[in-house]
Amino acid sequence: MARDKLVWHGLLWLVLLTMPYWMNAVGGYTELAVRVIVLGLAAMALNFLLGFTGVLSFGHAAYFGLGAYGAAMAIKFALPSTPFAILVGVIAGTLAAAVIAALIVKLRGVYFAMVTIAFGQVFYFIAFRWNSVTGGDDGLTGWRRQPLHLGSATLDIAANDKAFYYLVLAFFILAVAAMGLLLRSPLGRTLIAIRENERRARFLGIPVEQHIWIAFVISGFFAALAGTFYALLSNFTDPRSLHWTLSGNFVIMAVLGGMRSFWGPLIGAAIFVVLQDYVSSHTENWMSIIGLFFVLVVTFFPRGVLGFIKRRVAS
Amino acid sequence: MTQLLLFNIFNGLIVGAFYALMALGLSLILNLSGVINFAHGGFLAIGAYLAYTLMPTLGFWGALLIAPFLTAVLGLIVERVLIRRLYGRDPLYSLLLTFGLAYILEDAARYIWGAQSVPYPIPSALTTPLSTDYFFLTGYRLFMVALVAIAVGALFLILNRTRLGLRIRAGTLDLETVSVLGVNVGVLRNVNFGLGIYLAGLAGVLAAGMLGLQPTIGTSLIMPSFVAIIVGGLGSLPGTLLGGLLIGVASGVTTVFFPSATEAVMYVMMGLVLLVRPRGLLGEEGRTQ
Repeated sequence: MARDKLVWHGLLWLVLLTMPYWMNAVGGYTELAVRVIVLGLAAMALNFLLGFTGVLSFGHAAYFGLGAYGAAMAIKFALPSTPFAILVGVIAGTLAAAVIAALIVKLRGVYFAMVTIAFGQVFYFIAFRWNSVTGGDDGLTGWRRQPLHLGSATLDIAANDKAFYYLVLAFFILAVAAMGLLLRSPLGRTLIAIRENERRARFLGIPVEQHIWIAFVISGFFAALAGTFYALLSNFTDPRSLHWTLSGNFVIMAVLGGMRSFWGPLIGAAIFVVLQDYVSSHTENWMSIIGLFFVLVVTFFPRGVLGFIKRRVAS
Repeated sequence: MTQLLLFNIFNGLIVGAFYALMALGLSLILNLSGVINFAHGGFLAIGAYLAYTLMPTLGFWGALLIAPFLTAVLGLIVERVLIRRLYGRDPLYSLLLTFGLAYILEDAARYIWGAQSVPYPIPSALTTPLSTDYFFLTGYRLFMVALVAIAVGALFLILNRTRLGLRIRAGTLDLETVSVLGVNVGVLRNVNFGLGIYLAGLAGVLAAGMLGLQPTIGTSLIMPSFVAIIVGGLGSLPGTLLGGLLIGVASGVTTVFFPSATEAVMYVMMGLVLLVRPRGLLGEEGRTQ
């Protein structure tokens, strides 16, 4: 078992570290590789809440999209600096998560899901309507990600796609390490206890609402971080990065990969992103195929890829 | 100014009636089966397009009568084949399933009827303004309000005066006991789902006459319906009705003073309601999980 795990982790890191070098050879492109890890990070952020705290949140596009808009607007209107853009985006998304979470921590189950869905959409309408600032339906253009100046050296992430990939990967590694450590900490164990049996956790004197709030904010923070890179990737953002369909895509990524496993959502994101890319470039009716994919996953594959593998190995 | 304000209040009332009609169907399904039906907007679009297809042969009134029924039949089939398997499982799965269905239904409408929006003809008797001062009071708009009122009245009659309604209401409170008392819960949920989808189809036909037809017609109406349910109170159908009308009028009035906040205002309302009454205006404390 332990050796299996070692092999499988080694393989994962090998793929992540070398992706830009063989992506083109297998018919992909560097941008697709970035998209996989960006959406993978968003799905893992969501899963921090969904899979490890056991709270059904369905509106994560809001924090993701706010990260994207925060980054875009920071460069366009304030300061042409990539680190500054990331900072602004992350603050915007995290603040929104903190405020919304405070309103809903007392709700549970379907009701919680419903309120997160509805709240997930408020920023979409704002971005859609507030033409003069957000560019409305056409999105926010006329800005570009800026080269990084590290002391005397310059990392040209603006022109060099590979350099940008490794910057995103570096942030991805930091974020994933932080989430992994958090889950191993007493806080993370408490969240898992709440997932397993909320009532018992409450009897043990754990302030459940407070913990769900913290988990929600952490999750929103990493979703917003992913969102900033999503905007920086294409030097563009539009209201679709805030739309509930994207929230649903995050959830299916987490479920597809395996909600109960740490790396599952990344696997799910990789499958989903590649599928969507392939289908939408080959047929106009890609929505039907993606929709059918949802139905099939839920009906036949509810434990996800990693859950399925774990079961096979166990039996 | 008064005229403009009145116009927008009236407009908001109509839009609110749509939201309410849609939200009532969503609520029915949610209360009895615990399924958040994302595909509700898709069913609405299908209802509208079916009416569009039937109109040349059946006329306006025939289409209005038949299309929602056909939509409900489609709903019955979908519940039976797909959604039924997911009862009793984590609500996440039914959510994702109906989410996928929403994609499929919208795309099906686009595939069959085209992506361009098409006009939905209504009888000329209904389009003439009834008063020159209040130009917005066309027959069709009044007719819509009346029809929604009749549909809602009929729904509450069914729920409060028939055996089926009694069972649905009892099932909402305690499905297990209802089952033990000899009611076929599978059939009950199926019929209840069909009833909810019927309301979606009806809302679709009415909306088509006012907004015109396009594949995304349902997608744009579904979020406000969620807000209506939350504002009104989960588990309470009168609450859902109230919530729908309230957010409709609120966004109508906001259009006059601050057009870019037309949609945002209902979310502000939702935030305020949640702050003061976490279970919604007419939701009962501690009833819903």
